Amino acid sequence: MWRDHLTEIIVFSLLFLLVSVMGFVAARWRAPKDMAHLDEWGLGGRSFGGWITWFLVGGDLYTAYTFVAVPALMFGAGAAGFFAVPYTIVIYPLVFLVLVRLWSVSHRHGFVTPADFVRNRFDSPVLALLIAITGIVATMPYIALQLIGIEAVLKTMGVTGDNALARHLPIIIAFAILAAYTYQSGLRAPALIAFVKDSLIYIVILVAVIYLPYKLGGWGDIFAAADAKFDASPNPNDGILLNGNNQLQYVTLALGSALALFLYPHSITGVLASRNRDVIKRNMSALPAYSLLLGLIALLGYMAIAAGVKPLPGNSAGSVDNNTIVPLLFDQQFPDWFAGVAYAAIGIGALVPAAIMSIAAANLFTRNIYKEYLKRDASPAQEANVSKITSLVVKVGAVACIVFLDPQFSIDLQLIGGVIILQTLPAVALGLYTRWFHRAGLIVGWVAGMGLGMWMLYQVASPTRKHFGGSAFPLSEFGFDTTRTIYVGIVAVAVNLAVAALVTLALRAAKVEEGVDGTEPDDYFADEGDPRVTPGTDSDADSAREPVA
Amino acid sequence: MAAPEPEAPPTAPTRAKDHSPWNWLLFIPIVVPLIPAFFNGDSPRVFGFPRFYWLQLAFILLGVGTTTLVYQMTKKRGGR
Repeated sequence: MWRDHLTEIIVFSLLFLLVSVMGFVAARWRAPKDMAHLDEWGLGGRSFGGWITWFLVGGDLYTAYTFVAVPALMFGAGAAGFFAVPYTIVIYPLVFLVLVRLWSVSHRHGFVTPADFVRNRFDSPVLALLIAITGIVATMPYIALQLIGIEAVLKTMGVTGDNALARHLPIIIAFAILAAYTYQSGLRAPALIAFVKDSLIYIVILVAVIYLPYKLGGWGDIFAAADAKFDASPNPNDGILLNGNNQLQYVTLALGSALALFLYPHSITGVLASRNRDVIKRNMSALPAYSLLLGLIALLGYMAIAAGVKPLPGNSAGSVDNNTIVPLLFDQQFPDWFAGVAYAAIGIGALVPAAIMSIAAANLFTRNIYKEYLKRDASPAQEANVSKITSLVVKVGAVACIVFLDPQFSIDLQLIGGVIILQTLPAVALGLYTRWFHRAGLIVGWVAGMGLGMWMLYQVASPTRKHFGGSAFPLSEFGFDTTRTIYVGIVAVAVNLAVAALVTLALRAAKVEEGVDGTEPDDYFADEGDPRVTPGTDSDADSAREPVA
Repeated sequence: MAAPEPEAPPTAPTRAKDHSPWNWLLFIPIVVPLIPAFFNGDSPRVFGFPRFYWLQLAFILLGVGTTTLVYQMTKKRGGR
């Protein structure tokens, strides 16, 4: 019961309290001239330097859920779970050049969201609306998943209840506090808290990867224990190495996830908040430090096997919750006070991305739905206000998802989220390089990619479920004579691109109106100090086009 | 911290072209970690880690090294 975990609970609560205070104080950190502007609330004044960006983006991309779910996957399936490492390696060279272009064009035109860019580039509010909705839908379940990370910790500390409300009361309180300081401080709150979160995680993991192998008999014994477990299991696709069936899935999942990650609105929010192009480029070299951390965290799954950890029961009878293995491992192997620090690292680790994600979703709503369709002449202060309120609504929605729905539903949605956010790749990422695609072609391609992706995910069965059983699509469904599987998102985005290209050719032949590009080639290279960058002013590009004396 | 360049003659607007042959190097850390033939094996082991694990962790260094090199080589000329 919870009394056995009193020390852990006290340490966890104290650290949680500390970051809550920091969250409120953050409003005065790097004090803005005027907080009532979306650039200030939603992008921290677009002023973050190298270190802050490193902590912020690192804290944003490597979420609490990642830290809990990746070792859980390793625990359950072995090598296939290690895809997180190549995934977070290939992403940085992949986006090294793309993101600086997005930063430059956004800086010059005052774009806050990826949909802002698409609207201007392709002169299409409809396409921008689709991008915005895709972003919001993909982000919502991601926020809900952060709660699952906190819950895994609370469950291990014995903080549970008999009914749904009592069980969820701690996370409702935690999220209420989070919502309050995000409302007040905007992006500055997670930026400041990220320092604490990441420092705690680095300390915990360094101690874990040095101390635990020593206690468990060395790395050789840890891998041997994992190997023995997978040999004994009936599943042919687990093991400490990949086999012929899941290699293609491993590689396409790593690549697809990498392509998807920086299309997520919260990643773009973190990038746009940086001060100049150099900060982004240097961070592309520095952020892989987190990948090393993630690789080591993944191996905690094998340490849990070697330590004989038995996961706690899941929500439905007879099931087990593999997400509890890391907290259980800490509980079993570490002194209570240090386990408390580790739990706080995971708990606070959930708050940083949850805050940034809710800000990003709120910005999308404000810029691309509210300002576009509801109140065209909204002032910057009104925009900031709408965003603040929307961020509250988003968090209430995330908590409701966890309290009232089966958490499995959020996990499914997040799986879908990765696939659907990939469908914005042609408009957002390729759009930064070329305007070759016709706006209507991009819309039709998006529809095709979404439709195919959803159908494929629906078809994927797992040992326990008939549909939405994962993202590894058996190629035999397409009529190939093989047992290989492939990541759904890659196939869907390939079809999306092909359809967009074909429709573009057809529309061009029919001479259908293409709209006017609101950006210039020069915009993609603008840097800090550019004379045409006017931070802080209303900068909807259509009106800002006239030369200003 | 890279200080903003003080010069910038009035004729040339502040433009950092991102076309450079060095950029092609970025393909190495994108392609190499996605070829399972390189890493999907057990031997040789390093500190008890099968090749699958230590080599993929080592690819992180490949990524860091390449992005750092490209960044340094494509920085605006004349920077200190």
